[in-house]
Amino acid sequence: MLRRSSDIAPSEITPRDLFERRREFLRDIGLAGIAAGASALVLPAFAQGPAKVFANAKKSAFSTTEPATPYKDVTTYNNFYEFGTGKEDPAERAGTLKTRPWTVMVDGECAKPKRWDIDEIVRLAAVEERIYRMRCVEGWSMVIPWNGFPLSELIRRAEPTSKAKYVEFVTLNDDRQMPGLRSGVLEWPYVEGLRIDEAMHPLAILCVGLYGELLPNQNGAPVRVVVPWKYGFKSAKSIVRIRFTEQEPRTAWNKAIPREYGFYSNVNPAVDHPRWSQARERRLGEFGKRPTLPFNGYAEQVASLYAGMDLKRYF
Amino acid sequence: MNANVLPRWRQPSATQIRVVKVVIFVLCVLPALRLGVLMWRNELGANPIEHITRATGWWALTVLALTLAVTPLRRVLSVHWLLRVRRMLGLFCFFYASLHFVTYVWLDQFFDWQGIIADVIKRPFITVGFSALLAMTPLALTSTSAMVRRLGAKRWLALHRLVYLVAILGVVHFLWLVKKDLTEPLVFFGVFALLLGVRVVYWLKDRRPGPAGPLRTSVPKMP
Repeated sequence: MLRRSSDIAPSEITPRDLFERRREFLRDIGLAGIAAGASALVLPAFAQGPAKVFANAKKSAFSTTEPATPYKDVTTYNNFYEFGTGKEDPAERAGTLKTRPWTVMVDGECAKPKRWDIDEIVRLAAVEERIYRMRCVEGWSMVIPWNGFPLSELIRRAEPTSKAKYVEFVTLNDDRQMPGLRSGVLEWPYVEGLRIDEAMHPLAILCVGLYGELLPNQNGAPVRVVVPWKYGFKSAKSIVRIRFTEQEPRTAWNKAIPREYGFYSNVNPAVDHPRWSQARERRLGEFGKRPTLPFNGYAEQVASLYAGMDLKRYF
Repeated sequence: MNANVLPRWRQPSATQIRVVKVVIFVLCVLPALRLGVLMWRNELGANPIEHITRATGWWALTVLALTLAVTPLRRVLSVHWLLRVRRMLGLFCFFYASLHFVTYVWLDQFFDWQGIIADVIKRPFITVGFSALLAMTPLALTSTSAMVRRLGAKRWLALHRLVYLVAILGVVHFLWLVKKDLTEPLVFFGVFALLLGVRVVYWLKDRRPGPAGPLRTSVPKMP
């Protein structure tokens, strides 16, 4: 079981912070003795991954100071059903996704519809680092240093009309690039949506990278949205179309199981999923569970968007 | 049936059966061993507790399917000695189900009984899974030959029909917990439906006397 250093690909090497915390994890479950033995087997970690194109991204006041989830976990534990329903499927199978050339059609109820090239989008506004909590509806969470800029920057340029009450996001629907589309697990293409005031909120970002790098394919390359106060599935990945609509968009998970996944899907410990509690979550890398916060801890910034709404009804 | 005309694989010697038992024992231990090694090498992925929970649950169902396959295989292939590995298979199913339960109570919830009770109420699939474990417990406790003698074959057989309930609860537990992709639980559903279905067929056949009746007259009926 011992491997020589030459047999180990850089991608297999545990990032330092994960490697160090792994001992806490093992100690917690009472295997400290075994951990001490295991440490001799693992080589010291070193830097990895592609070029840091957003290394100089400006810091944001919206960023959390909580420790970020290790790069390896962020990029190997994903829900992206276009590449399969297993958590490791996207990392294993998203190599077939071609992210250049790529365009995003922005149209619908707006004065200036336009087909944007991905490289125009990346240069549209100053790319920031936004370290956000990400809470999955399944009960786990991460902290991810995203790179992007407010979604409102793109929306403003399209000049939505007074009829634009909602924004719909459509994911690529090409089964040659996305093998998971051949399964009927969801109705394709994947469609998500926000109310226009949610989409214009400064916390909602158009995301083109993470950890200072271009977005890895499995994380929704080349462009996705990140809406940190909602469950992860609301943040559409690999977007090819952004459409302004008067009617509430029919979103993928809502179409699939309407009684379990509402249009709003704000993180809310008081409103349980019909089959499981949402009161607590497991932050990846931590042993115990922590309480889930209303609006994923962003209540101060976003609760006013929902003033007067019954959040049990509009779940 | 004349024992002399049966091929060796249908009627192995005591030593051969012992070897087969050791091999099956080792095979059944391997999945648990693998989890231990992966944990030791920190290769359980980003969410190790989820990995362990899924793996132990999957093996409990798989070994249960193997246990339930013994009776149909005996009947179709006339390999009656298979009965002698069934107890071990059943106990390994109980072993993996117990590991699965301990993973939930210890690693997932860390003995937070209040949280567990809330979870059991909110998440009915946990109640169903726990019921399956409860139903399995008396079967494990009465698995010894001494207990078979003490209970008497008839009562022992009646009690051990609980295994059918365990199979149903186990599959419902799995079906109920997945988010959307039902492929895997449906495969188990199909396998268990087949294994329980053939028993219904056998039961109907055995009730009818005559040429289509039971092949075996000397072997006691086993669940």
